Amino acid sequence: MLIAIDLAMILVKLVLIVIVVMASLLIAMYATYAERKVAAVLQDRRGPNRAGPFGILQPVADGIKLFFKEEIIPNLSSKFLFILGPSMAMLTAIMTSAIVPWGDTIHLFGRDISLQIADVNVGILYVFAVVSMGVYGIMIGSWASNNKYSLMGGLRAASQIISYELAMGITIISLLMVTGTLSLKEMVIQQQQGAWNVFYQPLGFLLFLICAFAECNRTPFDLSEAENELIGGYHTEYSSMKLGFYLFSEYINMFISSVIMSTLFFGGYDVLPFVDESAWGLSQNWMAIIGLAALMIKVVCFLFLFMWVRWTIPRFRYDQLMNLGWRILIPLALLNMLVTGLVVLLKMNHWHF
Amino acid sequence: MQALTNRAKLVERKPMNLLERLYLPAVFKGMTITFGHMFKKRPTINYPEKKRPFSPVFRGLHILNRDEEGRENCTACGLCAVACPAEAITMEAAERVPGEEQLYHEEKYAAKYEINMLRCIFCGLCEDACPKDAIYLSETFAPADYQRSQFVYKKEELLIPHPIHEPDAYKKALGNRVQRGKVNQ
Repeated sequence: MLIAIDLAMILVKLVLIVIVVMASLLIAMYATYAERKVAAVLQDRRGPNRAGPFGILQPVADGIKLFFKEEIIPNLSSKFLFILGPSMAMLTAIMTSAIVPWGDTIHLFGRDISLQIADVNVGILYVFAVVSMGVYGIMIGSWASNNKYSLMGGLRAASQIISYELAMGITIISLLMVTGTLSLKEMVIQQQQGAWNVFYQPLGFLLFLICAFAECNRTPFDLSEAENELIGGYHTEYSSMKLGFYLFSEYINMFISSVIMSTLFFGGYDVLPFVDESAWGLSQNWMAIIGLAALMIKVVCFLFLFMWVRWTIPRFRYDQLMNLGWRILIPLALLNMLVTGLVVLLKMNHWHF
Repeated sequence: MQALTNRAKLVERKPMNLLERLYLPAVFKGMTITFGHMFKKRPTINYPEKKRPFSPVFRGLHILNRDEEGRENCTACGLCAVACPAEAITMEAAERVPGEEQLYHEEKYAAKYEINMLRCIFCGLCEDACPKDAIYLSETFAPADYQRSQFVYKKEELLIPHPIHEPDAYKKALGNRVQRGKVNQ
């Protein structure tokens, strides 16, 4: 045999996949609850507090409700694509979590287990590929609904994602010039040893953040589901759990983009910036767990930011959205890239012109 | 044109500068405002667990009063029905027969007494019209129901609980309002 198949490794990876998928579903579930609570708090309301203590069973109740709703597929819709749409939105949302380094390696059962499903050496490009696939779910679903409002929502989503992906890509280029690697694991290790990337790329981070909002179709960029213009936008015709999938994939996307932002700019599972954690003298497993917890804290902060912004800012007008994307973000990203390139070159040349 | 007040402000419609076109300063300003709202006191109360006190002049569902021995006060004189601007009250009178002295305060009583709560405007004129201290507006409101017919309240629903047999329920139904009425008399 040319390739020795390590059964134990496959098992470990399978277990990791199940854990990661389940955890991201669970976190997305409670993100819906958190969203409603945050919205309530920001608007001086109380939020859900009937299902269970403090309403913590609310997402379960919502899920059960969606499952028991009548499932309507419009007569003139393209049935296969109609079902494919939400499935794809969900699939691409979950797929991104495969390459995220959730923590350092832990030592269990005599093996070193990396808390990352796959350390792909094109890591960040994979994220980009999968995230841009996410809009296919919206487009396919909106087209298959055979409803003009849905289609308008889908069109908006597509053009918005294309516009903001450009700025995001250019931002990533400048980040890559600093790190010199595409692998997320490598980036985290670099940030553990040096400083977090946000200190090198503050403007880059800001641009990335704004683009992430747009990629997740979150308010202020939720033009594709603008209720007051397009009824429900791309999911006008959807009902039952298919609608649930669309709504849910938004929260998973939010979670994943929070993770990606923490990993790219805030050191991933690095606990504190400018601090050498290995000097704490904790065992490897403890460090991995603390690292995972640190990552989760960062993610929760980002999720809160997502919600905070959503409940503060009204939706942009479409021309404002395009102006912001093409005439502000892209030039700024280009400028950022130029300056970064200059500094990186200067540094390689030991600060001689 | 001369301004009517000195509060009028001239709207500036100059094109936005770069900082404004970035939206970010305005966004941050808005975010500080919403963040401040996180620490504000919330005016909502958890309703079924906690209830707000009624105002002493609140006019809710009607009750038909009894005297201290539990006899019905109403003599079916019909003054409340006449006073009612919404014509929500109907009644039928009957004569008390010997042996019913424990039930009715006077020789005449209301055999049937109905108030249509969908017609009622809770103005309290029936309460003012009653010469026998028999009808009061209490501190509860009509609960929701599925049928219109359920909103026609019969005598059984309107009568106050017996003061001797069910003293607690009687006190609760009495509330503060009936005493206030007594002071007025």
